[in-house]
Amino acid sequence: MTTPALTAPAFHRPADLADALAHLAEHPGAVPIAGGTDLMVAVNYRRARPEAMLDLTGLAELRAWSDEGDAIRIGSGVPYARIVAELATVLPGLAAASRTVGSPQIRNRGTLGGNLATASPAGDGHPPLLACGARITIASTAGTRTVAADAFFTGPKRSVLEPGELITAVTVPKAAGPQQFLKVGTRNAMVIAVCSFALSLDLDARRLGTGIGSAGPVPLRAREAERIDLPWADPRRFDDALAAEFGRRVAAAASPMDDVRGTADYRRHALAVCAARALRRVWAAAHTEGSGR
Amino acid sequence: MSEGMRVRMRVDGAEIAADVDRPGESLLTSLRDRLGLTGSKNACEQGECGSCTVLLDGLPVCACLVATAQCEGREVKTVVGAVPRPVRDAFVACGAVQCGFCTPGLLVSVADLLDREPDPDDALIREALAGNLCRCTGYEKIIEAVHVAAEAMSDGVPRVPARSHLHHNQWINVTTFPRGDAETGEDTP
Ligand SMILES: Cc1cc2nc3c(=O)[nH]c(=O)nc-3n(C[C@H](O)[C@H](O)[C@H](O)COP(=O)(O)OP(=O)(O)OC[C@H]3O[C@@H](n4cnc5c(N)ncnc54)[C@H](O)[C@@H]3O)c2cc1C
Ligand code: FES
Ligand code: FES
Repeated sequence: MTTPALTAPAFHRPADLADALAHLAEHPGAVPIAGGTDLMVAVNYRRARPEAMLDLTGLAELRAWSDEGDAIRIGSGVPYARIVAELATVLPGLAAASRTVGSPQIRNRGTLGGNLATASPAGDGHPPLLACGARITIASTAGTRTVAADAFFTGPKRSVLEPGELITAVTVPKAAGPQQFLKVGTRNAMVIAVCSFALSLDLDARRLGTGIGSAGPVPLRAREAERIDLPWADPRRFDDALAAEFGRRVAAAASPMDDVRGTADYRRHALAVCAARALRRVWAAAHTEGSGR
Repeated sequence: MSEGMRVRMRVDGAEIAADVDRPGESLLTSLRDRLGLTGSKNACEQGECGSCTVLLDGLPVCACLVATAQCEGREVKTVVGAVPRPVRDAFVACGAVQCGFCTPGLLVSVADLLDREPDPDDALIREALAGNLCRCTGYEKIIEAVHVAAEAMSDGVPRVPARSHLHHNQWINVTTFPRGDAETGEDTP
């Protein structure tokens, strides 16, 4: 019996990132695969028939995260399960969102890099990255560039990612206050968001960060809502009316549509409720005795 | 791609070589259709049902979403190699198996859960098994089986399935039978 040679271009397991980028430059048709939780569904259902694939799961550079002082640099290939287990204290919003992705099996494989590259409007990783002001590092043989999370998406399933480029890391500022992620779906697991909302409260800068998911062609920030006047100096003046106004502004920033998962009206309503709830929660967490940071 | 390629991995302890002829062939397809290892079931091929769950380097994953070629040099454990005896016995004893199609995937997920959490509460069990769908049992008996398996593994006393001389819901050696919150009868958190 002959042993067929491992045909190099058909499935390449690069030795390191430089090898991966060189391979991609030489074989533009090679499709990167990380956790496979988006790509393999398409392959299994013959919606994608890659002639060649490039495996990212063996690249140590992509599978590690590092503490950069005021931010965490997360390799694009770190699976959700590790974000939940290892980063929940420093990045509570992203960890909360990661915990809602699919199931344990999906979280053991799925990665932020794949979530970003797929650029689904419903990707759960996106709203917290927007709310936290994360930056995405993209590499090719031509060099490395960095894109703000809110400039990464250009349309449904479209992003600034060019052929020959790989997402190498996502750099997320450490939480400077409480963060929330709320996701509306038909059950508590294995659900594509009907809509979702991420909020971060920065106590030092006295600033809010927002991210809306599944309620527009791309994940959105609610800039008018971020500018709402909060009683920083006298936190007890915070009330439900203020939270409701915040919810209205978030709903107004969305541009949802009707689809199988819900109507545009329902999404707007649900977003207003989620946003008001998220703001009440972060405010209470920030100003409760002993809550610390 | 006519030449094909050969992938070497460890499956249930044995060194195995799988020849695949397209880069996107799934581990599930290789296990079942090329290697004849049909323990892992195929019900959806889209990660939704969990009936194909295997341990890949110790972590539960959907074999249908892993490309076989990603498994070069890796360790795969299917229901055959991943599941301690008491877990299997508890499933049978508790009636957690009806048609059985979901069972191999569930057993692998439960084996992983009990490896990490020797005495999980219902909330933990539900979260750990959220990726395994069962059309038959309604899940209650599965959750009972996890508690029974946890107990058997901690005290070393096997709970063996009922035999014909016993009523179908009786077991040998069962002393306690955790059923959620005894006070309220509730078993959801
Ligand atoms: C059952 C199920 C449930 C799911 N539930 C959710 C959910 O609740 N929320 C959610 O947001 N998503 C969900 N998903 C979708 C999916 O799990 C996520 O989008 C995940 O983050 C994809 O990551 P991956 O590593 O598996 O990507 P892959 O499938 O490996 O890749 C996806 C795409 O990204 C490209 N790619 C991957 N990595 C890179 C990189 N570093 N640079 C450039 N391109 C890259 C690939 O070429 C491919 O086109 C679910 C999927 C399944 C099957
Ligand atoms: S067959 Fe893999 S999850 Fe259903
Ligand atoms: S026993 Fe039939 S699907 Fe679970």
